[in-house]
Amino acid sequence: MRFLGFLTRRIVGIAAVMVGVSIITFAISHVIPADPVAAALGDHATDQQIAAFRAEYHLDRPLPEQYLTYVIGLVHGDLGRSIRTRRPVADDLFDSFPATIELSLSALLVAIVVGIPAGVWSAVFRGRLPDHLVRLLSLIGGSIPVFWLGLIVIGLFYYQLGWLPGGARIDNFVAPPPTRTGLYVVDSLLAGDLVALRSSLLHLVLPALTLGYFSTAVIARMTRSSMLEVLGQDYMRTARAKGLQERLVVLRHGLRNALIPTVTILGLTFGSLLSGAVLTETIFSWPGLGRYATAAAIALDFPAVLGVTLLAAIVYPLANLAVDIAYFWLDPRTQRG
Amino acid sequence: MASTVALPARGLRLVARAPILANPLNLVAIALIVILAACALLAPVLAPYDPLAQDLAVRLKPPSPEHWLGSDSLGRDIASRILYGARISLLVGVVVVASAGVFGTFIGLVAGYAGGLADEALMRLTEVFLAFPALILAMAIAGALGPSLTNAIIAIAAVTWAVYARLVRGQILSLRQREFVEAARAMGASRRRIVLRHLLPNTLAPLMVQASFDMGSSIIAAAGLSFIGFGAQPPTPEWGVMISEGRNFISTQPWLSLFPGVAILLAVGSFNLLGDGLRDAFDPRLSRAD
Repeated sequence: MRFLGFLTRRIVGIAAVMVGVSIITFAISHVIPADPVAAALGDHATDQQIAAFRAEYHLDRPLPEQYLTYVIGLVHGDLGRSIRTRRPVADDLFDSFPATIELSLSALLVAIVVGIPAGVWSAVFRGRLPDHLVRLLSLIGGSIPVFWLGLIVIGLFYYQLGWLPGGARIDNFVAPPPTRTGLYVVDSLLAGDLVALRSSLLHLVLPALTLGYFSTAVIARMTRSSMLEVLGQDYMRTARAKGLQERLVVLRHGLRNALIPTVTILGLTFGSLLSGAVLTETIFSWPGLGRYATAAAIALDFPAVLGVTLLAAIVYPLANLAVDIAYFWLDPRTQRG
Repeated sequence: MASTVALPARGLRLVARAPILANPLNLVAIALIVILAACALLAPVLAPYDPLAQDLAVRLKPPSPEHWLGSDSLGRDIASRILYGARISLLVGVVVVASAGVFGTFIGLVAGYAGGLADEALMRLTEVFLAFPALILAMAIAGALGPSLTNAIIAIAAVTWAVYARLVRGQILSLRQREFVEAARAMGASRRRIVLRHLLPNTLAPLMVQASFDMGSSIIAAAGLSFIGFGAQPPTPEWGVMISEGRNFISTQPWLSLFPGVAILLAVGSFNLLGDGLRDAFDPRLSRAD
């Protein structure tokens, strides 16, 4: 019952935030100096063409009415029609979102698989070489521009060494797997297509590592500091005094408790991955939401910009909600409060 | 790395007496920032060439005694362009942090002190801005206003202020009930005086930590926006523009993109290092855990 109340409050909160997000994005894309009509039709459009364009996108109506029309469409799953691709924005998003999800989830996986052990290692060897190494790499990870890192790894691993592909989701000569989830790796597995699986996995390596480095650094730092706090606790001393192996003490008693704060930042990390994905996708010619957003913003394609922003803005609170739900079950103290 | 921290309230004395210089890493960070600032200020003296001067006879030359960091596709000296680029990046950082910091602090102070409906409304607005993925919103704003460095700065400031608002409000809420504020109120201090003389100075330490991290993140964001065409435009010697210009030469002349990226890494790294150091210095509890 308490859980239902918590869930309802959070969902209402997210809905309120989404209304705010839609108003602000709508305002940005409609009260602007730039002229989307000129951007779409060019300088040589006739008055008739301009009038037809303005009528099609309701630009001839007052702003509040335009917003209302947009919201009514939104409720019915209609995000409008893209000026650039001439397709429904919802269809465009539906096509490009899985690529971004596949990239972001892979990056998150990298961050968890590398970041948590690195943080534990750093804490256990506090003040010694492994600790200094992890801290230095974390500092670099938090300070490196993702688009530059992408270029450098393409230069090194694709052009110089020729080990890994430098862009796209799958080789040109390999047919993409039949779409079920839109995630090429998962779809290849479901279809039992090993050639597509190998190709899509290889294409994921560089973009996922590039995008995941920042989050790896965040998770390693978080795990390190919470591990350090936990390692000094009385129950750790007790575990050691019982004669447990150090390895077991650290992993079973230490890490389990130290992981709670790390889980909390996973939601935040996912939000930052989406922003990072914009630049990573540009570098790696990854046909996802980020590349779509960039092209839309350049073309002043406001229905598309609105759609991407709304989708991206809802992912972040939803990821945080998922973390909070996990937290609610993991940490009994929150259930009392 | 952007992160917010809750620090104990000891006001200006805390900031003044914090053992900032006791940590050698802080000295490294401060030294790097001083070098960066010196490069920016003295660029016309230090740069061996005009950053915009083209010389097609020496295009795409690798690093050499004549061109320390090589030359680009138009024969411009990369070292000189990086030195001038420091001006732009520092300017972006300072303007974004100052404007977003002042605006966000004001909103946070009002929300925290006024409470009630004003607090509720302002915090909902803050949440909306925090929900946007920063780069996508910045891209939408920069795209709508037209691509330029000024518009990129406006866009980045627009997505940065909310962090300050939340930070300051949180501090004010925890300080409002403290004895020294109660005492000031009992002595008849005006609301304005309580806010400006008692509450605001006590938020300074966490604000300085956040500002240091945001210097770094705004430099990266501006370079990123310029890289995809929404920020500074060629031929401006901006680091993101330079990386973008070198993109097509990454397989043959990697230094075109390599060195501007190293410059960003060093600049952002030094601000992040300083942010870490300030946080530890202001809150000994954290430095013990770290």
